[in-house]
Amino acid sequence: MPITRDDVAHLARLSRLALSDAELDHLAPQLDQIISAVAQVQEVAADGIPPTTHATGLVNVFRDDEPVPCLTPEQALSGAPAVELQRFKVPRILVEE
Amino acid sequence: MDNLTTMTAAELAAAVAVGDVSAAEVTQAHLDRIAAVDGEVRAFLHVSAEYALAQARRVDDRRAAGEPLGALAGVPVAVKDLFTTVGAPTTCGSKILEGWRPPYESTITGRLREAGAVLIGKTNMDEFAMGSSTENSGYGPSHNPWDLARVPGGSSGGSAAAVAAYEAPLALGTDTGGSIRQPASVCGIVGTKPTYGGSSRYGVVAFASSLDTPGPLGRTVLDAALLHEAMSGHDPMDSTSINAPVPPVVAAARHGDVAGLRIGVVTDLSGEGYQPGVISRFTEAVELLESLGAKVTELSCPHFKYALPAYYLIAPSECSSNLARFDGMRYGLRVGTGSAEEIMALTRAEGFGAEVKRRIMLGTYALSSGYYDAYYGKAQQVRTLIIQDFEAAFGQVDVLVSPVTPTTAFRLGERTDNPMAMYLADLCTIPSNLAGNAAISVPCGLAEEDGLPVGLQVMAPPLADDRLYRVGAAVEAAFTARWGHPLLTEAKGLKSS
Repeated sequence: MPITRDDVAHLARLSRLALSDAELDHLAPQLDQIISAVAQVQEVAADGIPPTTHATGLVNVFRDDEPVPCLTPEQALSGAPAVELQRFKVPRILVEE
Repeated sequence: MDNLTTMTAAELAAAVAVGDVSAAEVTQAHLDRIAAVDGEVRAFLHVSAEYALAQARRVDDRRAAGEPLGALAGVPVAVKDLFTTVGAPTTCGSKILEGWRPPYESTITGRLREAGAVLIGKTNMDEFAMGSSTENSGYGPSHNPWDLARVPGGSSGGSAAAVAAYEAPLALGTDTGGSIRQPASVCGIVGTKPTYGGSSRYGVVAFASSLDTPGPLGRTVLDAALLHEAMSGHDPMDSTSINAPVPPVVAAARHGDVAGLRIGVVTDLSGEGYQPGVISRFTEAVELLESLGAKVTELSCPHFKYALPAYYLIAPSECSSNLARFDGMRYGLRVGTGSAEEIMALTRAEGFGAEVKRRIMLGTYALSSGYYDAYYGKAQQVRTLIIQDFEAAFGQVDVLVSPVTPTTAFRLGERTDNPMAMYLADLCTIPSNLAGNAAISVPCGLAEEDGLPVGLQVMAPPLADDRLYRVGAAVEAAFTARWGHPLLTEAKGLKSS
């Protein structure tokens, strides 16, 4: 199933990327080409084969529950675009309908 | 003492340790070299004499005080610009992190500083390590010291170019699908992807967490081993770090010997699409190994042909999740006005380059409901089959060999608007990332049609990284004896040297 320009616009919204019309025109055929190439994995007979998420096989690595030093508020805020009252200052997240 | 920039890391560390030269002199010589040639190579995004010389002086002070020196004391190391470094910016080659100063140090750069290494600068890279040429950098491409019109490979292309141009004897890179081995190959140097989990990812800005592997680049096999050993080992700050001893890579690099070693040639990694000069140098390297006493057999890993498509589902899926953190809220660029969601979308659209956007959307697609099983789920099963191929092969042989990449360095601009052509550069390197085993690129000559370097890839089972260096050192010694000089001395791309 080919990837349409509308599909790519939808993916851009999901990905929080405000793409221009020109970018959508450019990316749509490229993504279609890439997705049809990677769809090759569907040829592989893999029924009953367990998935691998991670090559080492490590699960649930714990450490002792002891406090350790961490960043100071000043360090944590040092790269922030906006700061107020020793907090990250962010735009409103609730929009009036 | 002259020619400080052409000495190996091993020689420099020895000279600093006995006091023949100071760490500050070694560092200054490399800063001078960078000033002389980096206008052409553009390997570095950030170089600070003050930052580097302060580290060098600490080494000299420790020596003067009679304190023990680390294995890399006084040796300059160039650092790919995705390791967080306190005191130097970290951009990941992206405009979204332009000018960012990390508040914490990566485990690996911290360990290297402890070992006395001098972090001399931050190197250029494809944005967030996505690419095979450095052309996806937000700050312009680096150039190959063999031919400035060609790419140095990628994504650790700045690191490879810096080492090949004698701007640093050693460099750090990361390898997610080949990003150390492929640039090492096309720049004619040595580069290793350690076993996944053998080198810490703490403070390494994430691209695809189940694949990202920090590793060394150097001009000799021994130098790469010295950096490999100094940077490796268990790190409680990385939950995927393996709690096991570091394989004896330095000892192996000092004793290159393949007599009796069982070597498997992966027949699936050759044929159509491979440049003839790459195949002829590879074949010559295999014949050399046989003449040195290795038992060479051919074998097939039938699922390797699905490694590239599986990788381009798994890596973008992980990337789409990891790069969600770049939202313009806590660090980095913030663009526009309006709601948080509008600002996020505007910031990401302006801050990310085309390849990063392609991969985020590809990953978002592969993880979408309705497509997950057919794409991401299937790719994870293919990953299991590739691991099984490796296990079957390593039941028969000690190491596997193949070319590192199907072609020599391509021309700048040649593949920038053809993503699939760019992705093919990682055809031979990706299987080891999916399986998490160790692999190295060692120079094995120049392709006859273009005079550019070709690399031999050696792959070893997980935690058998020392075998890479044993084979690598044997190949390096035999080829250097045959050629009469190290391969890199034939690189004549720089006008200023």
